[in-house]
Amino acid sequence: MEILFYICAAVSVLAALNVVLQRTPVYSALSLILVLCLLAVIYLLLGAEFIAVIQVIVYAGAIMVLFVFVIMLLNAGREVPSERSRLARWLGVPLVIAFLLEVLWAVWNQFPSGTAPAADFDAGPAAIGHLLFRNYVLPFEVTSVLILVAILGAVVLAKKEE
Amino acid sequence: MLENAFNVVMAHPLLLAVIKILIVFAVLSGIVAYLVYMERKVLAFMQARLGPMRVGPWGLLQPIADGLKLLLKEDIIPAGADKFVFLLAPAISVLAAFTVFAVIPFAGNFYISDINIGLLFILGVSSLGIYGIILGGWSSNSHYPLLGALRSSAQLVSYEVAAGMALVGVLLISNSLSMVEIVNRQQQMGVWNVFLQPLAFVIYVIAAVAETNRNPFDLPEAESELTAGFHTEYSGFRFALYFMAEYTNMVLVSCIAVTLFLGGWLRPFSSVHALDFLRWAPPVSLVGAAVFILWLGLQSRVPLERYFFVALALGCVAVGVIISYPLILNAVQGIFWFGVKVLAFLYAFIWYRATFPRYRYDQLMNVGWRWMIPLALANLIVTAVVRYLLSAHTPASPVAWLLR
Repeated sequence: MEILFYICAAVSVLAALNVVLQRTPVYSALSLILVLCLLAVIYLLLGAEFIAVIQVIVYAGAIMVLFVFVIMLLNAGREVPSERSRLARWLGVPLVIAFLLEVLWAVWNQFPSGTAPAADFDAGPAAIGHLLFRNYVLPFEVTSVLILVAILGAVVLAKKEE
Repeated sequence: MLENAFNVVMAHPLLLAVIKILIVFAVLSGIVAYLVYMERKVLAFMQARLGPMRVGPWGLLQPIADGLKLLLKEDIIPAGADKFVFLLAPAISVLAAFTVFAVIPFAGNFYISDINIGLLFILGVSSLGIYGIILGGWSSNSHYPLLGALRSSAQLVSYEVAAGMALVGVLLISNSLSMVEIVNRQQQMGVWNVFLQPLAFVIYVIAAVAETNRNPFDLPEAESELTAGFHTEYSGFRFALYFMAEYTNMVLVSCIAVTLFLGGWLRPFSSVHALDFLRWAPPVSLVGAAVFILWLGLQSRVPLERYFFVALALGCVAVGVIISYPLILNAVQGIFWFGVKVLAFLYAFIWYRATFPRYRYDQLMNVGWRWMIPLALANLIVTAVVRYLLSAHTPASPVAWLLR
């Protein structure tokens, strides 16, 4: 199973890089879908099967479909590289490296042994359902209202243009 | 020797899984090929024609001929197409369609895997199948495929909502997301879910027809408007892949509907022991098939065909005798009843195609958003309330519950 983790991790990092480096929007979107699916596999390996499937249904199956749909509708071609500012040219790469080192340092401090301990809680649908609807029912419902407000806002904005 | 091999397989769960996957894949491919034949025959009979008759006796070798033809044809990639995506898209469609069968219980003793999120796995993987259609239509760099893909994805997204909510109704009753557990629960309750959730069943069936792009919801490939929809530019083997994906999806939604609503591998009235004689149905139906084949064969004037049909009938009888042994008879019960129910569903799919005229696009969206989704929501709410009132922690009467 460990080998599966390394394969998924390596490929998902490569695909994630491809999302950023790719100039054709559709390829970026496809790479992102690949990343999301591979993340789902990693969740599965960690024993969080419910999160894994929800990841695929919500992100890969619904949100990314909309992304691809919009890219198709706009028929977006290759991106034209813009004139980059001098600041970005000189500071971009060093800042990224600094950030990466910081994240690595944080993870290293958290787990000095090099391996994270396996979680010992039930991650099945029933357990998560209990948590969501008992302990965290208010944040859960507020989030759904927030999304509803966002949808209404989008409708209002779209209507105004006519 | 044989026992030895059996032990080796049993000791390695991965090997067992691979063997099961190969069996399911091989059988499914055969079924899909002959489903096309069945569709052509049934449609032909409903329209007072004969259907395929030339290749083999009664056209029985037609699927093989079609498959060979598609394999040998040139694989054309249109100029200006996005080559990588164009080649990838049909594979995504087929892959998504076949992967879902990993969690379908074909019988109480035969399934590839039983996971506690089976139903969600089905929803997740089948929602990835849509990429095959969108990307195929987009990468063709042509108008008809693009329009077909847009229609198709809009249709899939709309009807997935209704289908998903209809399935939640079943979930509320069965208390589990595992497909095997859902069937076992129907056995325990002594009633199929279709009788407890009739509205959800109707909604799911309609949404299933829409999601498989079948008539009367086959707008994505409406010939008169869009030539062939998203796969207009595909030819040869890649077209065959799309074709396979469509028919595999038909089998798939039938399997899901049978498992969730019609008791899966259970025989009708499985809790009534007076009807235990129904366990003889598999050999009896095989003998019935043999009689029919014999009757068909004796009408033929070509000697070779007559021999073929007589041999086929004898084969059916032989298989019928073999499965009459008590041990084998018990083993095939589940798969037989599951197969019969799925076949009935597939027949209905073909029947719709012969019966209903195609919807208009605005009608399709109206039905989906203004009828199916509100009805599915209402069904969900009513089921949840009734389920709560009937559950153990509620006070004895609804009035007491209201006054609490």
